[in-house]
Amino acid sequence: MNRLIACLLLFASLCAGSARAAMDPALLAGLAADESDDKIAAIAKVAALADADALRVLVAMSKDNLMIAGDKFYIADGDKLSDAATGAELSARPDGLDSLTINNRVRSALDSALAGLRLFSPNRDKRYAAARELQDSADAALLPLIERALKSEQDAEIRTLLQYAQAVANLQNADAAVRLEAAKALSSSSNPSIKSTLLSRLQKQGDSYAEADEKVRAEIADSIKQIDKRLARADAIARVFTGVSLGSILLLAALGLAITYGVMGVINMAHGELLMVGAYSAYFMQGVFRAHWPDSTDWYLVAAVPLAFFAAAAVGVLMERTVIRFLYGRPLETLLATWGLSLVLIQAARVLFGAQNVEVANPGWMSGAIEVLPNVVLPWNRIVIIGFAGFVLSLVWLLMNRTRLGMFVRAVTQNRAMAGCVGVPTARIDTLAFAIGAGIAGLGGLALSQIANVGPDMGQGYIVDSFMVVVLGGVGQLAGAVWAALGLGVASKFLEGWTGAVIAKILVLVFIIVFIQKRPQGLFALKGRFVES
Amino acid sequence: MANSPSTRTVALSAKSRMALMAGLALAWGVVPLLALALPAGNPLHLSDYALTLSGKILCYATVAVALDLIWGYAGILSLGHGLFFALGGYAFGMYLMRSIGHDGNYQSDLPDFMVFLDWKELPWFWHGTDSFVWSMLLVLIVPAVLAWVFGFFAFRSRIKGVYFSIITQALTYATMLLFFRNETGFGGNNGFTDFKRVLGFPITAPETRVVLFGLSASLLMGAIVLGRVLITSKFGRVLMATRDAESRVMFLGYQPLYYKLTVWTLSAMLCALAGALYVPQVGIINPSEMSPANSIEIAIWVAVGGRGTLIGPVFGAALVNLAKSWFTMSFPEYWLFFLGLMFILVTLWLPDGIVGLWRKLRSGRAAAPAAASAAPPAPAVPATPTAQPEAKAAGMSGRTVEGPVAKGA
Amino acid sequence: MKVAAKVPRNQDQAERENWDDSGSGRMAHPVIEGEPDLSHGVILYLEDITVSFDGFRALNKLTLSIDVGELRCVIGPNGAGKTTMMDVITGKTRPDSGQAFFGQSMDLTKLAEAEIAHAGIGRKFQKPTIFEHHTVFENLELAMKTDKRVRRSLFARLRSEDYDRIAQTLTTIRLENEADREAGLLSHGQKQWLEIGMLLMQEPRLLLLDEPVAGMTDDETERTAELFVSLAGQHSLMVVEHDMAFVEALGSKVTVLHEGSVLAEGDLATVQADQRVIEVYLGR
Repeated sequence: MNRLIACLLLFASLCAGSARAAMDPALLAGLAADESDDKIAAIAKVAALADADALRVLVAMSKDNLMIAGDKFYIADGDKLSDAATGAELSARPDGLDSLTINNRVRSALDSALAGLRLFSPNRDKRYAAARELQDSADAALLPLIERALKSEQDAEIRTLLQYAQAVANLQNADAAVRLEAAKALSSSSNPSIKSTLLSRLQKQGDSYAEADEKVRAEIADSIKQIDKRLARADAIARVFTGVSLGSILLLAALGLAITYGVMGVINMAHGELLMVGAYSAYFMQGVFRAHWPDSTDWYLVAAVPLAFFAAAAVGVLMERTVIRFLYGRPLETLLATWGLSLVLIQAARVLFGAQNVEVANPGWMSGAIEVLPNVVLPWNRIVIIGFAGFVLSLVWLLMNRTRLGMFVRAVTQNRAMAGCVGVPTARIDTLAFAIGAGIAGLGGLALSQIANVGPDMGQGYIVDSFMVVVLGGVGQLAGAVWAALGLGVASKFLEGWTGAVIAKILVLVFIIVFIQKRPQGLFALKGRFVES
Repeated sequence: MANSPSTRTVALSAKSRMALMAGLALAWGVVPLLALALPAGNPLHLSDYALTLSGKILCYATVAVALDLIWGYAGILSLGHGLFFALGGYAFGMYLMRSIGHDGNYQSDLPDFMVFLDWKELPWFWHGTDSFVWSMLLVLIVPAVLAWVFGFFAFRSRIKGVYFSIITQALTYATMLLFFRNETGFGGNNGFTDFKRVLGFPITAPETRVVLFGLSASLLMGAIVLGRVLITSKFGRVLMATRDAESRVMFLGYQPLYYKLTVWTLSAMLCALAGALYVPQVGIINPSEMSPANSIEIAIWVAVGGRGTLIGPVFGAALVNLAKSWFTMSFPEYWLFFLGLMFILVTLWLPDGIVGLWRKLRSGRAAAPAAASAAPPAPAVPATPTAQPEAKAAGMSGRTVEGPVAKGA
Repeated sequence: MKVAAKVPRNQDQAERENWDDSGSGRMAHPVIEGEPDLSHGVILYLEDITVSFDGFRALNKLTLSIDVGELRCVIGPNGAGKTTMMDVITGKTRPDSGQAFFGQSMDLTKLAEAEIAHAGIGRKFQKPTIFEHHTVFENLELAMKTDKRVRRSLFARLRSEDYDRIAQTLTTIRLENEADREAGLLSHGQKQWLEIGMLLMQEPRLLLLDEPVAGMTDDETERTAELFVSLAGQHSLMVVEHDMAFVEALGSKVTVLHEGSVLAEGDLATVQADQRVIEVYLGR
């Protein structure tokens, strides 16, 4: 569809630029040649015209609308029929009308030619896309077109691409010096398809190489090496990005736990279910927006942020008031009781929302991606989540370090009795701190709803990971949790590259188990004589 | 030697011995009679379903006793005991798979799932699993080695409490992921199933079931006796001392590491044996047995029954699992609510489980001092082992007041 | 001949002379594996021990030595590093730098807690640490010097002489009537005594006692002082205490710790007259 629109645009622009003159019928005749090679040569010749007629004919051909009757060519458009050479409409159908047959090789030549033609589109993006396409498939026949485009092109980026395309086409030039020059020019590219084009030149065909000249071959090999280097870097950047993205997800999942477990010491096995509450808040808000404000559905996620926080916090308060407060100082009992809470919450979600996963859509402004480098495409939803993790993190940091409440929480967790003595309402602080931790977990769940399945069991999948992050980072250490989450994220992504996802996950778990043996205090540990007790 | 003071600790009282005999007679005498001799219509007839369910529960009870040995007596809560259970099951399952022979769907030398994966030969670790003896060795050795190595490093680094619980959970989780992969060589998602025979006997025959039931019952009783012997020995007292004040134990010159390691490894092996008996009875083993949820459920059996007692976990396992089969048949949607609430209520109001409650009710008159001792400053494991009253009665009072003291004074 | 815990002074003197003999001999003295080499009459030797927690120096180049059979009191204001010093000696805390030797050759910084205890260092904690769910008798039984490896414990049986030893200790710590009681039910002072009794059962060469009379009545304190004095000679003792009356009753050499190092050393009167000690205790 896009292509069609592009063509039409181009068509319009070319129409404006050139007077309507009939095409040389001899040019067209080649299109009906028996041999594919001849057909391809004819296509290149037509394309070299680079005018509206050429475009009209080639588009028609690529859509199987180019007809032949005798030695005259026609273009079918629904029921209408026009003369290919002049564009004049016909009133009567000629006899013996037949469509041209195109095989795959011809079709790809045709596509390249069309890309070449699109190089003259007034739309920058279209020209850019066309130039990119040509890089992969340019051949000598298109050279005149590319050179013409180079002359008129102002945009530096597109010029670079065109130069590559030119160089790719020149790799088949008869003159070794030109080929050498082309190979050299391509060394600065970072496109894998150029790499494979270069590689194909080094292949042996029978006894001889595709590239006959030894010096050129050396130059090509050198260029490949340079491209490889750039590709590896791009690959590493992509991995780091996906790793950081995974890390920020882990962080969002674990931050709430870093407060409830890390700071308060409550082993909350229902943490995953607090994430679930947050995720269902997104689902609920989406439903509300769809029902009442269908025009601004895209903004449901923003409205869900406070809902996720407060819904999860409310569940947290309920948990703390009814169960957890009676178990302070008894970690193993807390573990079992909160596991029970998690089962109850899961079942409650099943009863309320059904046992199936529910659909939570990405808002429009989160879909799509930006391309920072060729082959490095960063999806918007991941970027938003990384940003959101940063936002939640700074929220937590401010709360813990810059507010009176945070100070109270730290005081209570360090010395409950003493804090009580100086007038801190310890029981209320406990509830509040737990509520905040739960609310943060709700925010984490909200973020997870954008990239993962939302269902009653979703929390179970995060509980082990979350605990690993907190334990690895060092209990009570917010900074530790951040480094642990990012480290685990990046490490898993790199491991996945070598071993596959499941083994990577196992390796990470094993690594943590071993690491904890070596450093039970985690990455960032307080040292002191009270630590062990 | 004859006149030296004999053992202070009598592992089994006359009453316990009687109970043991009665249990064995029930398992090997009465149950086979009810299941095999009585016709299906008789109201006392034990159906296949009931027999399998009870056999399953006996295996679960053994696991619960094994977990209690380390949780109740050593204060170490493992959330990965399902792993050892499953490993035992898998090890014996390999034997059962090989016993299918050519009777599988593909009539191949290889187990069906390998044919399905287009494997041409057995992976190396499958070699010898057609031998019953070798697979029984695997049942014991694989979990024991894993437990020993894991425990050695964990206990050496003084990982305890919740940290330990969480990394055991991670361990079983990681292994579950591993077993889910087809390439690991244990049937992936589906695990092992469709067993045909064990030791040549058809696996679903009532006679085979009766024998498996008897073996499960014997294993459970063996586990209880072993537990009793352990905790009434000095080893048991050191273990409990480690639970209550580990640093004191160390400064007395004991190495808690090896004490914990011994009971931990033993516990893992008991689980593995239970798993090996479980698999032929239920006819399937798959990686979901290793899910963290399963392991944590074991803990609730122990908690419900009463940890720090040997009989409590048996009751707990039986009760919870009977409730589970009843619920999942009658009100499947309420089972999780029930289980969840049980977790919460037991930890809040029944810290000593059913056995603790029963004791409290029985000694109602001594309620006041009992309550005092039931809430010690570190209430992590407020358990008084069953063995202690006997131990005291058997040896202490007489000796300490008698001779030596008189001589010394 | 060991009948009671109270050993006649002269016997212990004789033992010390034995050690001194072997030390002064030109022949290389035999060093038994697992036994401290006491040939130079020094049982504990700390040199330049430094321990810091997150930049805070709990011990700062602490140097201290204790002779065989000596009774030593260590005093010092809060945070002077007394407990950390004991942690270092018993292997609970590893020093950042410095050396700690038990006897001449046993490097305490390289041994685990259990090994150190086995070698003959017993420790009483500041807060009485006993096995609350075990009976008093069992507490002592567990402490008794014996092979403490797993295999032995599995099949251990008490022999007649073991009962005798436990009974003796029960008498010494005056808990003979509480033998069957759960230790958690004892009074605070009794718990302190039980812990001391457990140390005695260990038959250590060196006893480290952290505030042993905290929570005791005056009468109990007095008897504790008597017990410690009687133990000196046969054992070496290091007592950390705040109770000056108790320190006085012990009548031993006193070491004053301040900010992780030794401030003064000598008998109590000398130390109390020391201007720097007064400053530390009373503020400037």
